[in-house]
Amino acid sequence: MIDASVLERVLAAALRTGGDFAEVFAEDRLVSSAQLDDGKVEEFTSGRERGAGIRVIRGASTGFAHTADLSEAGLREAAAAAAAAAAEGGGGATMTVGLTRRSVVRTHDIVTFPDTIGKRDKAEMLLRADVAARAEGSAIEQVSAVYADSRRKILVANSDGLLAEDDQVRIRFSVSCVAVGDSGRQSAFEGPGGTIGFEFFDRYPPEDTARLAARRAITLLDARPAPSGEVPIVLERGAGGVMFHEACGHGLEADLVGRDASVFKGRLGQQVASPLVTIIDDGTFAEEWGTYAIDDEGQPAQRNVLIENGILTDYMWDLVRARREGRPSSGNGRRQTYQYLPMVRMTNTYLPRGETDPADIISDTPYGVYCVQLGGGSVDTASGDFVFGVTEAYLIEDGKITAPLRQAQLIGNGPEVLTLIDAVGNDFATWPGTCGKDGQGVPVSSGQPTLRIARMTMGGTAA
Amino acid sequence: MSVGVGVDLEVLAARVVANARPGEEVETYVVRSRETEVKVFGGHVESVSVAGVEGAGIRVIIGGCQGYAWAGSLDADVVLETLAEARDNAGFGTPDEHIGLATRDEMTSSSAVEGLDLWRDDLSAVTTEAKVALALELERRALGLDPRVRGVESAEYGDSMVESAIVNSLGLAAAARRTTASCSVVTMAGEGSETRSAYGFSAGRTFDDLDPEQAARDAVERTVRILGGRKVPSAKLPVIFDPLVCVSLLGLYGAALNGEGILKGRSMFAGRDGERVGGDAITLVDDPTEPRAFGASPFDSEGIPTRRTPLIVDGMLRGFLHNVYTGRRSGSGTTGSAVRGGFKSAPGVGARALRLAPGSRTLDELMSDAGEALYVQSVSGLHSGTNIVSGDFSVGAVGLMIRDGVFAEPVREVTIASTLQRILLDLTVGADEVWLPGSAVGVPLLVGEMALSGS
Repeated sequence: MIDASVLERVLAAALRTGGDFAEVFAEDRLVSSAQLDDGKVEEFTSGRERGAGIRVIRGASTGFAHTADLSEAGLREAAAAAAAAAAEGGGGATMTVGLTRRSVVRTHDIVTFPDTIGKRDKAEMLLRADVAARAEGSAIEQVSAVYADSRRKILVANSDGLLAEDDQVRIRFSVSCVAVGDSGRQSAFEGPGGTIGFEFFDRYPPEDTARLAARRAITLLDARPAPSGEVPIVLERGAGGVMFHEACGHGLEADLVGRDASVFKGRLGQQVASPLVTIIDDGTFAEEWGTYAIDDEGQPAQRNVLIENGILTDYMWDLVRARREGRPSSGNGRRQTYQYLPMVRMTNTYLPRGETDPADIISDTPYGVYCVQLGGGSVDTASGDFVFGVTEAYLIEDGKITAPLRQAQLIGNGPEVLTLIDAVGNDFATWPGTCGKDGQGVPVSSGQPTLRIARMTMGGTAA
Repeated sequence: MSVGVGVDLEVLAARVVANARPGEEVETYVVRSRETEVKVFGGHVESVSVAGVEGAGIRVIIGGCQGYAWAGSLDADVVLETLAEARDNAGFGTPDEHIGLATRDEMTSSSAVEGLDLWRDDLSAVTTEAKVALALELERRALGLDPRVRGVESAEYGDSMVESAIVNSLGLAAAARRTTASCSVVTMAGEGSETRSAYGFSAGRTFDDLDPEQAARDAVERTVRILGGRKVPSAKLPVIFDPLVCVSLLGLYGAALNGEGILKGRSMFAGRDGERVGGDAITLVDDPTEPRAFGASPFDSEGIPTRRTPLIVDGMLRGFLHNVYTGRRSGSGTTGSAVRGGFKSAPGVGARALRLAPGSRTLDELMSDAGEALYVQSVSGLHSGTNIVSGDFSVGAVGLMIRDGVFAEPVREVTIASTLQRILLDLTVGADEVWLPGSAVGVPLLVGEMALSGS
């Protein structure tokens, strides 16, 4: 993307005001999307964004500037701005930087790059979804579907001599349906995604996604209000990964721990969860939505065990905070685009499979709520209190799944809920989402086997 | 270097539109901004980011089919490539007779906004040093106000100066510019395993509008008053929403009153035009011509002048928000309500400045009226537990119980639930309006009954 000798000169210029560390992050991102609504392919959109973010660290301060101009002059101008922002006076040092290209290990190959697929073929996926969703019944009044792909080439060069590049391809396909019945209108959504080429559709045919969304909306027409108060919760495989993302993932991000804004601060080596709980964040999980070869600071993605059999083993780290602590980065430094500073972010966060047959978990629950799909959540890391929305759920009565329930929020406290997990199934699935933190969104996934939480507060309206 | 620098944005957009071919409608939106962000922590500068952002979004319509393309650059060659890409994209849509760009007729049939002054030149003269000093002062004040505050999670200053222009091949041209400045702080209090946090902020059009002292006081007050909060037993009870929560809640109603959602059946208000949806005292308008509103704007995202649009009048559903497409398709005409999420997306529909007609009761009076009630200071999960199609509403809540008209014990880890339809029918609007960032005006709200879920 940029010649190594140019990068060396730009990094040297960035260090001119006395910075300890300088970095060039360049990005060339190509996105394309198409949207179907109301039976029509409404619009194709394509976009391109190229630019570089340059940061200079001096002591505890970071200066940052970015530019859409990747010429040497444009990069030098941004480097000077970042250096000036980092400098609180002084400076004048002369630094030289020599870069060594680092080879990158990929977890899987992209078979069919989406930019080699014609727009008509992409539109075809949308039309197939529309037909399949509407075939689920006349109650389906509206169908919308979105196809989106992105190809993100990144380059990271820093004053430690690192030079590394990555090429990240992602596809997401989502369908939402509105069903109308005597009880009113209901909507439902399904949206798989992966770090994968157009072969995505071999794994997730548009019809499958459409049928799931349509059936979910139709089921909701017969739903009754969800319980209000504390109930046992069984999370179907995949459905509840977002709970671990919220309940403990964010609290294990080293930047929040460093700000004293995490309930998990100072608890390394302690029992923080039920012995049934192991939590892993794995940026090398092949084809998953949150996967990459290198993070946005040029560090290789890793499989990091955060909690092992209930014991807190480590936090997630980006390069800057890791350097300050004299330890390696865990490969969790990410940013939305070159226009943002990186920070500690999750990749694919999951609880690995356990030993119990999921059917036994349900039959062993006299009364509770069985959650099949969650609609996202959020956490206050300082208190550990978190919520997530339940968008498909059923009552469990006498060990059997019975009536569908309307949408409601589940609320809990991370450290407390982790100790209340009393059954973990031997199945597994993941769920893709966009994680937002400090105004930056990045693709992440979360996963888990079917499991039970002894009690959580469900925010329904039923007595 | 970008050739856009120094060139008037409207001229740049017009140059692109001049390439429209016979039978094509072309719209170009160009934007250029300059932004500063300062974060401090522990009495030191954590980061300073100074950046210019520019980009173009181009819409091409051929035979009722729309294509869109964008680029994060105003470089002339890049913009022309973007036009070609948008043109190509238009070849793959399904034709729709209502798709089209805003015409001059649609523009002149509405009232133009006079005197909206959203730009402050003086912001560009404020030094980075002064901005850093303000952020440091904010952190220092927040730490010094109350001994129970044990830390500041974040203290930030941010500003932006944004200029944009929209030109289309049907003869419409509009340019707008705005400045904003804000500072915010999150404070933490509590000992041992209990940590409570809350934020305070100050926002305005320029640096001198900011009041870091007020931001610090708000954060500290909101943090310490929830210390010791507990889960309470489930109950049905009245709820008072803080003006900040009101802004978020109105955002949901605004989304449900979006003409696109109405036409496509994706709203709880679809098919309910003219029906009663609220009590007699409930009147909701979207008014981007109101200069005090943060979302004020002279033009919408298709270049149509904005106007005051009544949505609910005396409890009756009287109108929806429309852009050119939904206005034509519904027969209502555009209400100047096109919005876009920057240059990376084509215009959709949305509210900019929702305002509930204020009532006569102050917050203190509402608290006296309510009896035993829950005051909700902040909500969580607004986008995961609510649904504007079904109307289901269930969110996490932090706040305080109200007894005998005053705040009693703090409450945490509970949810409150109802439906958006029921809330509107059971709503008393307070008197004290607060002009807050976002697309709505904040005011205290009393809801007669909601389901609180706790222990």
